[in-house]
Amino acid sequence: MKHGKPFVVVVLAALLAAAPLFLNAYQVDVLNSIGLYGLLALGLNLILGEAGLFNMGHAAFYAVGAYTAAILNTRYQIPILWTLPLSGLAAGLFALAVARPVVHLRGDYLLIVTIGVGEIVRIALVNDIFGMTGGANGIFGISRPQLFGIVIRRPQEFFYLIWGCVALTIVLFLRLKQSRFGRALNYLREDEVAAEGSGINTAYYKLAAFGLGAAWAGMAGTLFAAKMTIISPESFNFWESVVLFMIVILGGAGNIVGVLLAAFLVIGLPELFREFASARMLVFGLVMVVMMVFRPQGLLPARGGRFSPITLARGRG
Amino acid sequence: MEEFFQQLTNGLAVGGIYALIALGYTMVYGVLKLINFAHGDLFTYGAYLGLTLLTSLALTDRLGFALGVLVLALMVMGLVAVLGAILERAAYRPLRESPRLSAVVSALGASIFLQNALMLLYGARFQVYPDDILPTATLNVFGLYLPLMRVLIVLASVLMMVALYLFIQKTRIGAAIRAAAIDQGAARLMGIDVNRVILLVFLMGPALGGAAGLMVGLYYGQINFTMGWVYGMKAFTAAILGGIGNIPGAMVGGLLLGVIEALGAAYISIAWKDAIAFLVLILILIVRPTGLLGERVADKI
Repeated sequence: MKHGKPFVVVVLAALLAAAPLFLNAYQVDVLNSIGLYGLLALGLNLILGEAGLFNMGHAAFYAVGAYTAAILNTRYQIPILWTLPLSGLAAGLFALAVARPVVHLRGDYLLIVTIGVGEIVRIALVNDIFGMTGGANGIFGISRPQLFGIVIRRPQEFFYLIWGCVALTIVLFLRLKQSRFGRALNYLREDEVAAEGSGINTAYYKLAAFGLGAAWAGMAGTLFAAKMTIISPESFNFWESVVLFMIVILGGAGNIVGVLLAAFLVIGLPELFREFASARMLVFGLVMVVMMVFRPQGLLPARGGRFSPITLARGRG
Repeated sequence: MEEFFQQLTNGLAVGGIYALIALGYTMVYGVLKLINFAHGDLFTYGAYLGLTLLTSLALTDRLGFALGVLVLALMVMGLVAVLGAILERAAYRPLRESPRLSAVVSALGASIFLQNALMLLYGARFQVYPDDILPTATLNVFGLYLPLMRVLIVLASVLMMVALYLFIQKTRIGAAIRAAAIDQGAARLMGIDVNRVILLVFLMGPALGGAAGLMVGLYYGQINFTMGWVYGMKAFTAAILGGIGNIPGAMVGGLLLGVIEALGAAYISIAWKDAIAFLVLILILIVRPTGLLGERVADKI
């Protein structure tokens, strides 16, 4: 967001906001999926992109959020959007509890542990843990969200709900990125030992990144549950975590605009190639390899932040 | 007791297969510090190539069971090894100087590509190994009835692991691989052609993975194009369990994981089988953060 860019951003945002007016329901639905994955990827970007913690089990936190919302809604009749903070909290706390004993592990060890957590959560859901998750069939009959008296039902309506959340997330995360907290995470990613040496409490910031990223996934889970009205464990399998991981790295770990762009590519492209039916995932895999070979640093790599002395002075606090 | 030994031997057979796949992960990781996510799919290619060659060449009819399967295994290993080398050249070599996670995404892309290529070639359904050529005999060992196939799988995997271990420890090429794993730069200065070491690792790992794929086909009789992810994930778990980059670690980790899984499925709950494996991994990593045999590397400043 440097000089001259605001114009482009405003035009793109306006174009996106007007999109439901000239797209059909299916295309809007694809945009909704992109928005949801965008939200999830922005959360993962905090963990993987900003703090450099290898997390390939993000779907677990997504699942915790979605199931919290679904259980609260179907059992206790709490309106689905009211569950948003609760499912965020549940996913965040779950992430903190899980990450606490393992967050110090070296990169690849953390990767397999998060894959393992993702699988354990999925298997627990399939096995109807606590007798509340409905087993392999999942939970159905989640009520439609209501906002200011309007029942959100059609894809066009969901579009504004989801992308409104994305816009809010972008603003918040841009602010966060420029804060003392965001700089600490970046320092952690670049050199953990040096970060520790400069007085950054690495364990604290790692956990904070995990908790916050997971809370975002949990809230995205609520939106997903509201959109689908049915959720089942298969929506939260290893593949989802892999897709999110690819979005963040492809976008350029740590770059919010890049991550959103990658969400458009990774979720949107296979939809465009729908006519190739079974061969589209073949092409998708190939495209991933080719993109990484030609742009190993990602589409829009995170630049070293340039901070004005004023921001820095304020951060010192 | 009878059931315990059945589960134990079954676990050893599955564990042997895990160990063979895990060796591919750990050897590549040792030299390149790369998690080769496409390795599980190379394993699947071993299973499919084995099926195609078995049915089209009718090796077991011409050469008898023992020799036929041996020739088949060598052919499968050779072909999958070539595939591994091509993969390295196309998807990993261009990324050798790049951020590590980019190579991981390239590996994931390669995995998706390989998997879907297989689906387009063979179709999405399960493929079945012909069961009339497999020995159904059971051995009577001290009053225990063990299927011959299970015993053969354990023996074959242990044999391959011992051969690999001796190769790595006792030969000059093995020493070169170990040197490149410790310090590539220094190895290069000592006159070791690191590119050739990497190529060799990408031939040996997939060859073992391909052999494991063939074993799964022969042992279970059923193969599917997505099974590489499941086995790959288990084998990667095994490699981490033993301490990634450590060759004996992958062997121990694989066998241990197979046994834990079989016993967990039998005595705790079959529905939680996969979760038990990961739970054990997490518990072990909490106690030993670099795996069972992994070395503790001090951070250099």
